Amino acid sequence: MRRLTRTLYGICMSGVGLVAAQRAHFSQPLQLKGGGVLPAFDLVYETYGTLNAAKSNAVLVCHALSGHHHVAGHTADNPANVGWWDNIVGRGRPLDTDRFFIVGVNNLGGCHGSTGPGSPNPATGKPWGADFPVVTVEDWVDSHARLADHLGIDAWAATMGGSLGGMQALQWALSYPERVRHALVIAATPKLSAENIAFNDVARQAILTDPDFHGGHFYEHGVRPLRGLRLARMLGHITYLSDDQMAEKFGRRLRTGAGSYGFDVEFEIESYLRYQGDKFAGVFDANTYLRMTKALDYFDPAQDHGDDLARALAGARAKFLVVAFSTDWRFSPERSREIVHAMVHNGQDVAYAEINSAHGHDSFLMDEPHYHAVVDSFLKRVTT
Amino acid sequence: MSATMERADFDLIASWVQPGERVLDLGCGDGSLLKRLIEERGAKGYGVELEDAEVLAAIANGINVIQGNLEQGLAGFDDQTFNHVVLSRTLQTVRHTERILSEMLRVGREAVVSFPNFAYWKNRMAVMAGRMPVSEDLPYEWFDTPNLRFFTLLDFESLCSKMGLVIRERQVLDDAGRAVVEEPNFLGSLAVYRLGR
Repeated sequence: MRRLTRTLYGICMSGVGLVAAQRAHFSQPLQLKGGGVLPAFDLVYETYGTLNAAKSNAVLVCHALSGHHHVAGHTADNPANVGWWDNIVGRGRPLDTDRFFIVGVNNLGGCHGSTGPGSPNPATGKPWGADFPVVTVEDWVDSHARLADHLGIDAWAATMGGSLGGMQALQWALSYPERVRHALVIAATPKLSAENIAFNDVARQAILTDPDFHGGHFYEHGVRPLRGLRLARMLGHITYLSDDQMAEKFGRRLRTGAGSYGFDVEFEIESYLRYQGDKFAGVFDANTYLRMTKALDYFDPAQDHGDDLARALAGARAKFLVVAFSTDWRFSPERSREIVHAMVHNGQDVAYAEINSAHGHDSFLMDEPHYHAVVDSFLKRVTT
Repeated sequence: MSATMERADFDLIASWVQPGERVLDLGCGDGSLLKRLIEERGAKGYGVELEDAEVLAAIANGINVIQGNLEQGLAGFDDQTFNHVVLSRTLQTVRHTERILSEMLRVGREAVVSFPNFAYWKNRMAVMAGRMPVSEDLPYEWFDTPNLRFFTLLDFESLCSKMGLVIRERQVLDDAGRAVVEEPNFLGSLAVYRLGR
């Protein structure tokens, strides 16, 4: 029944209907911030809406840690496979397909089709595995720029994303200031705190110490470090939710009436987290997870500017919308305000909305009317 | 409040802003004043606003609005970032009066403050008749007013003196938006001050 409901939702409610991924190959080497070079790479992407003749209506949607190019609509092979940000894309929605040409791209190092650790290493013919370089937000933006060139897009009408995706939207405006007219930086932070990095490292340790990880070359052993990946996701998931929301959704409810005084699943929250962990471990790549968390940890545009965020952001020419959520303790509103105040210091254009939401960090994915109205109002000011 | 009165207040403020100057409007609402200062005076404007609906309207107006609570001061705004920091018809709604005035002159070179004068003769008449005043500039009933502080020109100037704030200019308007020169604490409904250190 759950599946049927999802299927019907996919068919009836998705904003853009049936979508199909496309693939672009880039044969020019990509120099990476960490020192390595990717000799060639593929990016998998989806688009929604129509690129206008002036090519001035393109919006890049950047994904977060576990996201991918499938932002909206549903795929032919599985009508229940609705895009991760479907609720914001489509006719009459903030990312209005009647106005905008929207591009979703799977980042390098990902596990949804773009070149990543599971792709063949041209030097060996075997999967890259542990040898796939650690990629950064800056590297992703450089790779996105190749895709923009490929699509004939000189400048994005807007770059946008939540969480790690928001960092890319911001980095775009820093790396290519002349190619971004607006940037929507949602539930993001100008850099991770020690606590953020600590959570990421525990997640990485769960993967790295899984015997099935095989130093990252598990593909050759025909196994996957499911236990580690599952734990990593369970831990991460806790940080995406709010205490209030967990209390409301699960409280201390038990699955069966009474405690068993053992270690099987008892509390509803345990059941939920294990389900989320299993679901994620079944489809995600452990090497990708390691790299995504590292990209988060390394993101710190102020670092090369004497830790002065205002100086780091000074080159951006885009108009910014920064959005934070009241119960987001992973990247709290205070962190978004650091970005805002740095831009005010510089006299740059920035608006900031702090949304009351119970859903913690994950709020950015929710269909919250005021939040969407804020994004919609900002995007309506974008000329195409 | 009426559009006429809004304009009278804004006319004065607009006349004080020079092209290219940076203005911070505290409690900016939908950004009407900032929009005017940007379009007519070529100012670079930012606003602070708490209410969701106003923030949304300001974003729709293309305003650099920053959602935040003035009661928490202006933390995050750097010292002396703005030429003018405006608090239009809002001081009476702020609990931490002294702190917000100090903060305005920390982040800006000049504070522009307007507020309804409780000692306006019509307000005095209302109180004499045994009722709290409801007027153009005090448009709320006592039970639904956002106003926390009720004060007069004399009260405000006394506070400025105590805080060491310099009154650079004072303009007083009656409830039709006309300038008042004589007996401002009696004949003035709305006061607009330019303050410095």
